[in-house]
Amino acid sequence: MNTAVLEEVRSPMNKAIHVSLPDATTPTDPSANIVSVRGITKFYGSDVHALEDVNLDFPTGQMTTLLGPSGCGKTTLLKIIAGLLDSTSGEVMVKGKTVTSPGPERAFVFQDFALLPWATVTRNVAFGLELTGVPLKEREAKAKTYIEKVGLSGFEDKYPHELSGGMRQRVGLARALAVDADVLLMDEPFSAVDEQNRRKFQEDLLHLLSVEKKTVIFVTHSIEEAVYVSDQIVLLSPRPGRIHSIIRPELDRSSSPDDIRRDKVYLDTVEEIWGNIREYLD
Amino acid sequence: MTTTASPDTAGVEPSVNSTGLRFSGLQLRLMSIVGFFLAWEISGHVPISPAFPTFSATIMAMLEMIFDGSLFLAYFETLKPLALGVGISAFFGVAIGVSMGLNKKSRWLWEPIFVVLQASPVAALIPLITYAYGIGLTAKTVAVIILASPIIVLNTYKAVGNASPVLVQMSRAFQGTRMQEIWKVIIPNAAPVIFAGLRLGVAAGFIGVILAELLITPTGIGDIISYNRSIAKYPHMYAAVLSIIVFSAVMVGLLEKAEVKYFRPEKKRGH
Repeated sequence: MNTAVLEEVRSPMNKAIHVSLPDATTPTDPSANIVSVRGITKFYGSDVHALEDVNLDFPTGQMTTLLGPSGCGKTTLLKIIAGLLDSTSGEVMVKGKTVTSPGPERAFVFQDFALLPWATVTRNVAFGLELTGVPLKEREAKAKTYIEKVGLSGFEDKYPHELSGGMRQRVGLARALAVDADVLLMDEPFSAVDEQNRRKFQEDLLHLLSVEKKTVIFVTHSIEEAVYVSDQIVLLSPRPGRIHSIIRPELDRSSSPDDIRRDKVYLDTVEEIWGNIREYLD
Repeated sequence: MTTTASPDTAGVEPSVNSTGLRFSGLQLRLMSIVGFFLAWEISGHVPISPAFPTFSATIMAMLEMIFDGSLFLAYFETLKPLALGVGISAFFGVAIGVSMGLNKKSRWLWEPIFVVLQASPVAALIPLITYAYGIGLTAKTVAVIILASPIIVLNTYKAVGNASPVLVQMSRAFQGTRMQEIWKVIIPNAAPVIFAGLRLGVAAGFIGVILAELLITPTGIGDIISYNRSIAKYPHMYAAVLSIIVFSAVMVGLLEKAEVKYFRPEKKRGH
């Protein structure tokens, strides 16, 4: 297979572009792709086959979404990249080095927030820094900066149970940003956040990421969310998870959020992905 | 964005009853206590049994024993095996429980012992303890440990074993070491259940020490209870019983305060 070449450019009206897949032998370019996975296969026990020979590149500074029907192994793949799960075979490379455990260049945002209930917002945001031994004063100052960036100023001394779902996830995001990792791994970060807050949060996230210049790997089951936030969408097939296709929705990110959601490319891409996922549901 | 209702008012929020009267939480709590003592006073006057004194007679007897110093002397005796037994049970119980929660081999080693101990009628074992350890402080301390430790160990083990997998994963994702994971995540996460076990363990320790003082040799509070029963001074007997209940409740309450202060500060603000 010819690598990293556009396999198909659709009609000029619809600019969603399909990209060919790398295979297990494709050499990776660490300057272009900060994270690469090669030949990842995962079995749970002997009978549950979660992932089959997944090869993927994650371009530096871009947002890649892992999308697919439930049970397609997208969270499994994300946790393998995070080093939280071992793959049965294959390897994960971050900045050109093979990794098997969590590292400082990756930070994780959890679906159900994973905040310490007994710790204040400040301590939760600083927890990643606390674990790596950053002195108290320094990590609290850093936490304060990121609490402000995610819009939680004034809530520094609150406990998680005093916050709404959306606010709790902002704490989770601030914690991940505070450790200053190059790659943010986000596991369905908005699934426990209500619809109105989710939209606002998506917009804030895009804004924040454009400032912070992070590479993001984002798991979601929402097609609209994937198309709205992503530079690159990886569509996975159901168990065992394989890559169905890679789509790059070429949206004009400079227009307003409402305009993006009315954009033809946005709507067509959503429809197309839905058409693909529907096959699996029938 | 809105914040939740001001937590400072939680607990003193006035509640309205059907007659439109408003009571604060504190007033309702006092009413519960006063109501109980009132019912006691009335049933003492009925009387339920000649051996059942009124509340006022019991309080008079308690004051008498406080002022002649006999109650303090008795507590001094009772507290020795109690403090020793509860201290040993708490320290080793939590340590063993934590190790069982973290390590399969430790679980296999300890679980059968404590499950059997918890299920067994301990009062029946006390004669055995006196054969082994005589009638002194050691025997009474052992009685306290046998009663207190299974609850502490098993609660700690359950709490640690059921530590939130998401929080553990979070700690790993942010490069926490195994020790950090245990000290900063698993133990604080388990603290409410560990402390529930400690409170139950302390309460069981009180049962143990009174049992020991009634069944092994009459000393301390157990002596006051059995002596006054034998000479039919029932108000004094009940005063000793009441004092031990109050003392036990205060100890348990202090433990709860310590838990909130050192491990779960978020509980101060209610839910």
